[in-house]
Amino acid sequence: MNITRLLTASTALVATATIAGAESHVEMADEMTIVSWGGAYQESQLKAYVEPYLEQNPGVTVTWDESSAEAVAKLRAQNEAGNVTWDLVDATAADAMRLCDEGLAMEIDPDEDLAPAPDGTPASEDFGEEMLVSDCFIPQIAYSYTFGYRNDVAEWEGREPDDICDVFDLENFPGQRSLEKRPHNNLEWALICDGVAYEDVYDVLETEEGQDRAFAKLDTIKDETIWWSSGADTPQLLADGEVVFGSTYNGRLFSLIVEQDQPVSMMWDTQSYDLDGWIIPEGLDEASLARVKDFLYFATDTQRLADQAKYISYGPARKSSAPLVGQHAELGIDMAPHMPTNPENATNAFVQNYEWWADYRDDLDSKFQAWLAQ
Amino acid sequence: MTDSATTPPRQPMAALPGGEVTEEGPMLAADGRPLKHSLNRALRREKLRAFLLVSPLLIFILVAFVAPIADMLFRSVENQIVSETLPRTVAALREDQNLPQAAPGEPVYEALYTDLFIAAEYKSHTRLGSRLNYEMTGLSSLFRGTGRDVGRFDTDIYTDQFIEAEPALEDPVAWTNWMEQDEIRAGLPFTADAWDAWVKLTVEANEDDPLEEDVEDFVYTALYRDLANGADPEGFPDVDVSEFETVSIKALFEESDEDWVDPEIWQVIKTYSPAYTDGYFLNSVDMMNGPDGDAQWRPADEQIYLKLFWRTMWMSLAITFSCILLGYPIAYLLSTLPLRSANVLMILVLLPFWTSLLVRTSAWKVLLQQQGVINDTLVWLGIVSDANRLALINNATGTVIAMTHILLPFMILPLYSVMKTIPPSYMRAAKSMGANDWTAFWRVWFPLSVPGIGAGSILAFILSIGYYITPEIVGGTEGVFISNRIAYHISSSLNWGLAAALGTILLALVLTLYWVYDRIVGIDNVKLGG
Repeated sequence: MNITRLLTASTALVATATIAGAESHVEMADEMTIVSWGGAYQESQLKAYVEPYLEQNPGVTVTWDESSAEAVAKLRAQNEAGNVTWDLVDATAADAMRLCDEGLAMEIDPDEDLAPAPDGTPASEDFGEEMLVSDCFIPQIAYSYTFGYRNDVAEWEGREPDDICDVFDLENFPGQRSLEKRPHNNLEWALICDGVAYEDVYDVLETEEGQDRAFAKLDTIKDETIWWSSGADTPQLLADGEVVFGSTYNGRLFSLIVEQDQPVSMMWDTQSYDLDGWIIPEGLDEASLARVKDFLYFATDTQRLADQAKYISYGPARKSSAPLVGQHAELGIDMAPHMPTNPENATNAFVQNYEWWADYRDDLDSKFQAWLAQ
Repeated sequence: MTDSATTPPRQPMAALPGGEVTEEGPMLAADGRPLKHSLNRALRREKLRAFLLVSPLLIFILVAFVAPIADMLFRSVENQIVSETLPRTVAALREDQNLPQAAPGEPVYEALYTDLFIAAEYKSHTRLGSRLNYEMTGLSSLFRGTGRDVGRFDTDIYTDQFIEAEPALEDPVAWTNWMEQDEIRAGLPFTADAWDAWVKLTVEANEDDPLEEDVEDFVYTALYRDLANGADPEGFPDVDVSEFETVSIKALFEESDEDWVDPEIWQVIKTYSPAYTDGYFLNSVDMMNGPDGDAQWRPADEQIYLKLFWRTMWMSLAITFSCILLGYPIAYLLSTLPLRSANVLMILVLLPFWTSLLVRTSAWKVLLQQQGVINDTLVWLGIVSDANRLALINNATGTVIAMTHILLPFMILPLYSVMKTIPPSYMRAAKSMGANDWTAFWRVWFPLSVPGIGAGSILAFILSIGYYITPEIVGGTEGVFISNRIAYHISSSLNWGLAAALGTILLALVLTLYWVYDRIVGIDNVKLGG
């Protein structure tokens, strides 16, 4: 029954996509350069929607460029040189917002450019405002920054951390921690553990006293902290027993815990949501743009986003995809419980304020770096 | 840097007829011209040929290396974005008397309205917002938010009233006719300016025909401004605006975001309105333009760059010295061993050179971390206790260790090639004259190897000053360099102006040190090989 419905839905979708494609009379380019992050994440995109798309469109070739980490700077340089060579770029929500601000990314109309949900809900509602954070951003997944901890630390005498503030509790949970080498999330977590309510965090962080409070809280664990700058650091540090607590992307922790079976556990409390998605660079020629839009319509539909969750533990950005999330492609375990968006994991989630960070990033970053150097 | 520089062959030799001096005047060549001339000509040809030979490389370096660097460095002072995005506002601010005590008067807001409306159509307002946000927190969202609002400002009351009073004012064709007449343009300066901007905008950004479009509100707002000022040009319809319902543009901006009436924000826009700025350079040395325009120190909790420059210098020196310390004995050994064993050793020196930088750096992580190989061994040997494992990584020590390893070949190779040229007989001669081993080494061998130390030190020092991958991975917080901040501003914060300023200072520092080195040691004393 379920499968039949699924099939009908996806056939309908393919049909709509074909009609949408047939309506436009623009020639579509046969080549696409897609920029992504490399690694397991790019693999999940390849399996979930690039390969199926290429199967449907045998004449098309896709080139990957693993430059998403420097996407903003490189796109800016390409734009200044007047030679944009990318067709589609995978970027975090914050980067997408910046690219949009800089006029480097194209604005999109979700209801026109993206497929509606199988039940006909328009894309803008299916994604929702909390996902469509910028006019240029086409969300794919929700991931989160969260903590993993060693579950074999003798000094903890069997205590298991279940609260974000346990990270700041050196008495009950001694040992080194690893935190990201930038102010994002760290300052928020520090304030929350200093007694600030979720909804007040950014109001407090706007003030000089609030910032001092956050840094003072971080000061309490500064000597016990290793600062990471690459997402692979924390999993390595945890696996080596170098740290007992570490923040990183939840997908990295998933592969450490489930795929590599390390003595590490996940702490979902106050996980901090972030989004990742596509942007279309400004200035594509008509043929490339038509191809990219055709691909996007397919790649961000309900089924494709749900498929992606088979390969990586990031939550699909569409509400309608959530019920379709199935099992891990190789391990055969249910993926839903490992999603940051899973209701059980999301009871106490924190949502980053991108617009706020766009304002305060420069200021707080210099303060954070100065604080680190003290 | 080799001394094998040869004097160019003098072709005109053949033209010299023995060099006799004629009594009438200058020496003549065989063809009867003065010798000096033909010599010069031949030399010129020679120089031209040499120049043509190097010119492909020269052009390549100019185009692919010097020009981009110069362009990048130029960004450290460039600041046209403010006056280009808000030209009218910048001009109006110059006239304004209210700053810095109070927010500027209505004319500035009227100018800003036109500027921001146009900027929002071109989507350049957010770019300006990001630029100004480097100087003052909050300007990014201020521009983004008001850019969204500015198209919906309640200025259509002017449009409606004008069209009601004179229906011809709705017609873009009539407008075009008026705006082609010089007297009308002179009589309605704001209107003419706004009209031109609107036409340009319609054609360029929206690709529409201005003759078929509705004229935008900001043109009518400018018209009201002109007419309210008492303009009454010949040939333009008479409209009495004295009874018009008005709206304060300043109030509209305040409604959009109350920060717009904050004089501090206007002071920032004014300070950064010139086409060139020293702001990035001030920022690079932990200073800033204060509210009164004077340079002043940044708050203590934001000072970072001077510290990083200083750290980069002394740590690079430390790395260079440890390279000398470790590299010298190896190079000595290599140069004195028989060729066959020397070659095997040489491969050992070069092997890490051929391994990926990231692999080597990551290997150091495994070795140096607290649960790593070195600490485990020390604990097992009982040299340190389990509770007091050494912190060898994620600090300055980690950076010095890993960088020394990475730069060691750059020290060993020049040392080796210089030592190879020291004849062994010198040592034997010294010994035959009664010197013991140490004296022979110290008085004879060592001075001869100094040029190699010089070359290796310059290489290692300059390379280490610009390194950022290794410090980023193993440096933690106390072992990162200024280049890490430059990389951050290039790829992450997009503050290319600041990155360029930091880079310029770093380049100047390196050149100064090079000059000092030349004065003290002498650059002629540096050899990369025999």
